[in-house]
Amino acid sequence: MTPRAESSKETAPSGRGVPPSQRVVVIGAGIVGNSVAYHLCRLGQTDVTLLDKGPLPNPGGSTGHASNFIFPVDHSKEMTLLTLESMRQYKDRGVFIESGGIEIARTEERMQEFTRRMASACSWGIEPVSLLHPEQVSELVPFIDQRLIRGGFYTPGAGVVDSLRAATMMREEAANDGLTVAANTEVLGIDVEGGRVRRVRTTRGDIETEHVVIACGAWSPRLAAMAGASIPLTPMVHQMIDIGPAPRFANAKGMIEYPIVRDMDTNMYERQEGTNLEIGSYAHRPIALDADEIPSIEEAALTPTELPFTQADFDPQMEIALELMPEIVGDETVGVKYAINGVLSVTYDGMPLLGETAEVPGLWSAAAIWIKEGPGAGKTIAELMVHHESEIDAYESNIARAYACQRTKAHIRARASEGFNKMYGIVHPSEQWESDRGVRLAPFFERERALEAVFFEAAGWERPHWYASNAPLLEEYGERVARREAEWESRWWSPIINAEHLAMRDRAAMIDLTAFAIFDIVGPAALDVAQHVAMRQVNVAIGRVVYTPLLTPSGGFKQDLTIMRLADDHFRVVTGGAYGMSDLKWLQAHLPPDGSAQIHDQTNAWCTLGLWGPRARDILSSLTDDDVSHEGFPFARCRWIEVDSLQVLASRISYVGDLGWELYVPIEQGARLWDVIAEAGAPHGIVPAGIGVYGTTGRLEKCYRAYGFELEADYNVVEAGMAWGKVKDEDFVGKEAHVRHREEEPAALLCALTVDDHTSSAGIKRYMLGGEPILTSDGDPVVDRRGRRSYVTSAGAGPSLGKHILMAYLPPQYAVVGEQLSVQYMGERYQVSVQTNDSTPVFDPENARVRS
Amino acid sequence: MVLVLVESLDDELSRQALTLAASLDDAVHAVSGVGEYAPAGWGRSLLEVIEELSPSAVLAPGTDRGNEVLAHVAAMLDLPMAANCVAISPGDPAAVTRIRWGGSLFEDATVHGSPLLLTVAPHAVAAEPVEVAQLRELEAAGGDGMVRVIEHVPASTAGVSLAEADVVVSGGRGVGSAEGFGVIEELADLLRGAVGCSRAVTSAGWRPHTDQVGQTGTKVAPEIYIACGISGATQHLAGCKGAKKLLAINPDGEASILASADYAVIGDLHEIVPAISAEIRKARGA
Amino acid sequence: MNILVCVKRVPLTGGKIVLTDDARAISTRHLGFTISPHEECGAEEAVRLVEQHGGSSTVLTVGPPEAEEQLRDVMAIGVDRAVHLVTDDEEWDPQATAAAIVDAIREVPEPYDLFLFGNESADAGNYQVPIRVAHALGLPCVTGVKGIAVSDGQLRCEQEVEGGRDIYELSMPAVITVKEGLNLPRYPSVPGRLRAKRKPVEDSTPPRRQPRLEMVRLHLPAGSGKQVEVLGHGPEAAPAVVGILRELGLV
Repeated sequence: MTPRAESSKETAPSGRGVPPSQRVVVIGAGIVGNSVAYHLCRLGQTDVTLLDKGPLPNPGGSTGHASNFIFPVDHSKEMTLLTLESMRQYKDRGVFIESGGIEIARTEERMQEFTRRMASACSWGIEPVSLLHPEQVSELVPFIDQRLIRGGFYTPGAGVVDSLRAATMMREEAANDGLTVAANTEVLGIDVEGGRVRRVRTTRGDIETEHVVIACGAWSPRLAAMAGASIPLTPMVHQMIDIGPAPRFANAKGMIEYPIVRDMDTNMYERQEGTNLEIGSYAHRPIALDADEIPSIEEAALTPTELPFTQADFDPQMEIALELMPEIVGDETVGVKYAINGVLSVTYDGMPLLGETAEVPGLWSAAAIWIKEGPGAGKTIAELMVHHESEIDAYESNIARAYACQRTKAHIRARASEGFNKMYGIVHPSEQWESDRGVRLAPFFERERALEAVFFEAAGWERPHWYASNAPLLEEYGERVARREAEWESRWWSPIINAEHLAMRDRAAMIDLTAFAIFDIVGPAALDVAQHVAMRQVNVAIGRVVYTPLLTPSGGFKQDLTIMRLADDHFRVVTGGAYGMSDLKWLQAHLPPDGSAQIHDQTNAWCTLGLWGPRARDILSSLTDDDVSHEGFPFARCRWIEVDSLQVLASRISYVGDLGWELYVPIEQGARLWDVIAEAGAPHGIVPAGIGVYGTTGRLEKCYRAYGFELEADYNVVEAGMAWGKVKDEDFVGKEAHVRHREEEPAALLCALTVDDHTSSAGIKRYMLGGEPILTSDGDPVVDRRGRRSYVTSAGAGPSLGKHILMAYLPPQYAVVGEQLSVQYMGERYQVSVQTNDSTPVFDPENARVRS
Repeated sequence: MVLVLVESLDDELSRQALTLAASLDDAVHAVSGVGEYAPAGWGRSLLEVIEELSPSAVLAPGTDRGNEVLAHVAAMLDLPMAANCVAISPGDPAAVTRIRWGGSLFEDATVHGSPLLLTVAPHAVAAEPVEVAQLRELEAAGGDGMVRVIEHVPASTAGVSLAEADVVVSGGRGVGSAEGFGVIEELADLLRGAVGCSRAVTSAGWRPHTDQVGQTGTKVAPEIYIACGISGATQHLAGCKGAKKLLAINPDGEASILASADYAVIGDLHEIVPAISAEIRKARGA
Repeated sequence: MNILVCVKRVPLTGGKIVLTDDARAISTRHLGFTISPHEECGAEEAVRLVEQHGGSSTVLTVGPPEAEEQLRDVMAIGVDRAVHLVTDDEEWDPQATAAAIVDAIREVPEPYDLFLFGNESADAGNYQVPIRVAHALGLPCVTGVKGIAVSDGQLRCEQEVEGGRDIYELSMPAVITVKEGLNLPRYPSVPGRLRAKRKPVEDSTPPRRQPRLEMVRLHLPAGSGKQVEVLGHGPEAAPAVVGILRELGLV
């Protein structure tokens, strides 16, 4: 039997029904759905049906009209890894044409950005890449007007894929292994019973199922809503045109002869294919639509995701392309043959939406994924479904991350629109959103505003990053506060952060920590749940606070957080705001099915004020009759105390390395707490301090690790230098792997480094911001035995030390105190030295302050 | 009485127009042009007949010439004209149903004016025997501005005319290239039929416009229309809905053309069409 | 020679037409707009004739404000300027349309030598506006033309008819309606597109005459009621196809 006949046999044709029951139903047969189905089969899951309401091989979604080019270099490690995995799969299938790609710069600022791209390429191991002079760009792309450009960033490995072909190959291979395919089958409903997905209702019958994967691109929100879940993306329009035939391309030997050009400063791209030139743009006004506004297959003049072209929106882009490539675009004989407003999916934070939805167990999202991430994302989802963890740690893409306020249509549209024109933008690592701010306000907010706080957003919360009212501290600390000369590093930063830090170290600081996510695990089985998820022993006395990693099954980091034991059957989990909802999802997934333990999300019920510094005890004791002495209230304890007229849950821990407490009160009493602390602290010289201190300077001086920076699933506890104490007897997620990690030689060790000399060739002091590659002193990449490159996981000032501190995982041969290495930043190398290679802090290594 | 402009009394479309006319009034008169076609001249001549007979309605078949001559009459009388009607109910105003978009859509409309001027959409009604009271001839008078056909150039192609063919094998975007039409031509030849194509194909330059079937191309009425790799846009279906049977060969099991098809084969036309040709040869060889 | 080409904005429909709730128009929520393929050929012919014989070309439409998009599209392939007779959203009947066009033409100081129309509009298909215009202006008219040659102020037009081609000769000024196949219209170039943005569009709002062919409502044809019979998948279906052909007496 021919393969074709085989696959057609597997296809449920017109009139035929769908299987009555399947383990998994994948909805959507674009590159993502096909890839999910294929990888499920590869992992032995063949009890799978792939549905699409459209015909095959092009069901009419965004895969069908995608521009299909891939530039691998991205500042985001996660996106890069998904892209590299996808490229590998495309190449394996022979559908990748390595055309090379050039990002061109029209400004000096962009050329500087390209040095950052060079650094990211090095950090993530993408080679070769190079910076080009305009003449070199012209040699590769002779039809470009080189007078308009300053230079280029060249990625020879960039290329163009045939995503529809790849999708088809995946489907056909999976069909041979047992995948059922049903095209022209529309989903009418997704039934949820007993809190889980149970059934998919289609135009060809119902399918009883345990898992449903929504891989429906721009339609995904509509499908998720059928099950009462949300997939927070918005369809947006991306305009593109095809012009041709260009005389220069008439003799092109292959389909693609010239590198893809990304005209970064105009948010456009141009690429040759055959005799045509495709011109696309992200520069036009953001055009968002509802998933319900996408036409049906029958109604659409082309496909549903190729909407009518709106010429007026594209006129300025035509002018730009004409100016850049006059020979091709200006040729009167070259016609505009195809022009669409293509629909693509955009999220509120620019990241994909992968994983099990927060609302409905068994309902999975594989959405907001573009061609360059498709196969990698498919593999990741399949692994998450089968193994509960994935080779690529796609935590930034975890759909569970979104808070309720981030799921609203207005928020998604505002952020997607704002992000749209930044598609090729020069985005600062600390860059803040402008739209739809102020949606979550701590009870301290009005006080903070009065103190001229500069607010950054965290998980929707407005959090002071520093206080302009603290500017007088700059005078107080004078030379001890280093100023930054380069504009880039001064952006989204203030020397006031360092001054606040010093005031905290000298006196005391109060810090708004309301963005914490707080969960109570309660019930008879609460201990079992906490014990099962936490690496450290949590069967501790009531009133103990345990700082613990949560591990993945493979022993990587899922999170690090603190757990307070408030009662025998009551554990309070406090975790960072950024991934709070992902953590909640993780915890919920480990609850016993019998209901003997529950989790209550207390995030919006409690606010938190941090009080730290040598005067913290003086301040707190002036407000309470409770014993807050070191003996009466030791480190790592929590207890209810009365502060003025407030009942406060005080937890004596610190993320900044000073004596003090996290003070928790019900959110409606927060303002009062602020006032009493501020008033009692005034005689002691208390200052309000921002997250610049809490998250960066205070933390880095103490070499405290942060999830999402140092701590990722790709690294283990031993490598992170956190394998202190013995492994608890009780079972916990990742235990077996963790025990193994303790026995083996770590491939890398997390080290703290300081910069020996900040001075650039231009004589300006430069300060790294994180993500930069660590090189040997000779300038070679540092790679561990698992192939991981060393890069700066976090960077920031250590004002007490007068040093700039970098954290990085280094292979053991380099993880030696005193070892000299270098770091690549903005096209230059700076000498750095290893200060510590374990968890010993660079400031107050004895931890005397915390335990004073 | 009603007056009908006919090609001839035997002409199928003219007979359809007569049939509809007979439903309006028992007295049906007919007129027919003679001599070289002269649209405005025939119109003027028809106007004279109208003035003489005062019909309540003047009908013509919805052909190029029928529509054209009646439009001249309408322009001269400054009366409305409803083209390509499928149903009429007389009155003041008269109510008609007429086709739009080449038949993809119907319009109910009222026509204000007398006599009622309308043309009858081809194949909207089945022709029935109609007793014609009188058949008159129209002749164009000469004069300034009267255009007429000065020359007729016979078609040079020896093949079967697309509009007349009993079999049309038609290819769409799915054929993929001009060369791809080889298999289509082969099958058409075997069946002594004509090759057709969709607008996408002529736009791509794979076939001449004379092969185009559709609203703005040729309208065909074969015994069977074999649509290969044609998705079935309304504009295309408008040209082939006169076919008695429609066979769609398409990789997509639910392409919109299947909704209009009698038969379908699902799969790649480049494999299926040669297989059909081979099967025909086998059948003939046997 | 000065040429006027007339076009009409119509929706670009897909495989299925959906009507508005009041059934008086096609729902265009998801649709783009275009002009009839006949009119595209008319515009192309106007550009070619001006390229060959000099002069200038003008595109005219009777339509809503949004129809400027179609005027720009036509100017993008090389027509020099546009006249926009702006209407409300309601479609005008052929008499009203022709009258508005005639009034606009009479106001032009430099007379046109040639008026090009599509043989019929893509949507309404009334087959009469150009003929009404010709009568009002006292001009000769040939319809359904698929070949135009100009020499010494004389037009030689070819019309495709059963069994061949009919030839007409007439002197200008004249009204010609054309059919697709007259030429292969060019795609607009990018410079053409950009020039079109700056070309002049003369707007005016003609009075609307009382319609005498008055649209009441639209409706979709009843489904064919056909149930497609799938003869099979792939080449294996060939014998079944030949069976059908045999039944029809074709093999």
